[in-house]
Amino acid sequence: MSAERGIGGGLSRSELAARVAMDIQDGEYVNLGIGLPTLVANYLPVDREIILHTENGMLGMGPEARDGQRDPDLINAGKIPVTERLGAAYFHQADSFGMMRGGHLDVCVLGAFQVSEHGDLANWHTGRADAIPAVGGAMDLALGARRVAVMMELTTRDGAPKLVAECGYPLTALACVSRLYTDIAVFDLHPERAAAVVEIFGDHSIDELRELTGLGLMDETEGRR
Amino acid sequence: MITKLAASAATALADVRDGSTIMIGGFGRAGQPTTLIDALVEQGAGDLTVISNNAGNGETGLAALLATGRVRKIVCSFPRQVDSQVFDGLYRSGRIELELVPQGNLAERIRAAGAGIGAFFTPTGFGTELAEGKETRVIGGRGHVLEYPLPADVALISAFRADRLGNLVYRKTSRSFGPIMASAAAITVAEVDRVLAAGEIDPEHVVTPGIFVDRLVEVGDRFAKPEWADVG
Repeated sequence: MSAERGIGGGLSRSELAARVAMDIQDGEYVNLGIGLPTLVANYLPVDREIILHTENGMLGMGPEARDGQRDPDLINAGKIPVTERLGAAYFHQADSFGMMRGGHLDVCVLGAFQVSEHGDLANWHTGRADAIPAVGGAMDLALGARRVAVMMELTTRDGAPKLVAECGYPLTALACVSRLYTDIAVFDLHPERAAAVVEIFGDHSIDELRELTGLGLMDETEGRR
Repeated sequence: MITKLAASAATALADVRDGSTIMIGGFGRAGQPTTLIDALVEQGAGDLTVISNNAGNGETGLAALLATGRVRKIVCSFPRQVDSQVFDGLYRSGRIELELVPQGNLAERIRAAGAGIGAFFTPTGFGTELAEGKETRVIGGRGHVLEYPLPADVALISAFRADRLGNLVYRKTSRSFGPIMASAAAITVAEVDRVLAAGEIDPEHVVTPGIFVDRLVEVGDRFAKPEWADVG
């Protein structure tokens, strides 16, 4: 997915980030994962007060630090210097992950290698024999928030679908993703039901999505195109 | 009278033995106790097990300790980073053992060690390869994994201010693992910018109570360093 308009009139990365941001409500506590989800922070509606959590120990994270603002003691989970908003709070790692596991975070937005139609997530390890594994907070985040959303391209660079019947990559967590935002469509996922397409971007069709993924996708797009 | 202030970092670490398990605080470079790590490199203890969130950045601090070849095993959540070349080389050549632990489980295992908890069930990692071989139980309809506490012989942490009694205050996200590691080691050594008189830290603002801190090393004002030039 380039910064330009996606294939077939799908969303660009920034448009996708704006679409994800639209679903985050006033007053919610939100964790944005490393990589693509970080972009969502740029599009949070200004008329909503949204508190960002960073798992290395902060609530009330502000934008990335600019020149003249960098503080080695103030970084985000991607180890990028950030800023603090008024009313920010710091805490240690056990409290930070207790906030997740304890169900206190409203939303978590993660990137992914693959998502299964029932919401299994694979986003920490490609499983390649020569790869050095690193998991960080991925497994905690994946099951710690009340709503776990994934944003990703629907296909790999080679055109293979990343929404699949069963994940081929090592799992991060089982049946945890409830909503999947991609450049082509938005999906609702459920542990016991078929995946539902709730929104399609550009000139794509539900049949095209069914063919691409090989899944019996339900059509719940009525009134949302 | 209680005196926790050590004459130097070398003095504070003089009794670290070969084969010790050492916790090292910080998340990335934030909160990494670099003065204490450098002193440990000088001190020369070997066959170490290190518990730390990351496995070193660049060539200094924890990376420099790993480069000595005296760390047998590292327990961490996120070893691979853009600047983890020292660890990467050791791992690929089979010269260091890695126990990979999800970050929240790492934190809770450390907390459990400090709080005298025998073990705990957590949903994190259930159904993944990081839970293979571990005891599991379904609690409230949800799969959980049994995890054991993670104690250490020595914790090396960094804080902003201490008082003479070892009460600590941190600065921003450099707090990270400091408070829980302080509680989980037989001996906790904290490097701090300045050691104040008892009473100079408001008791309501103490983050780590001095009972968890055994030795203090004063390292001077961080704002004098070029990395903090924007803050001062």
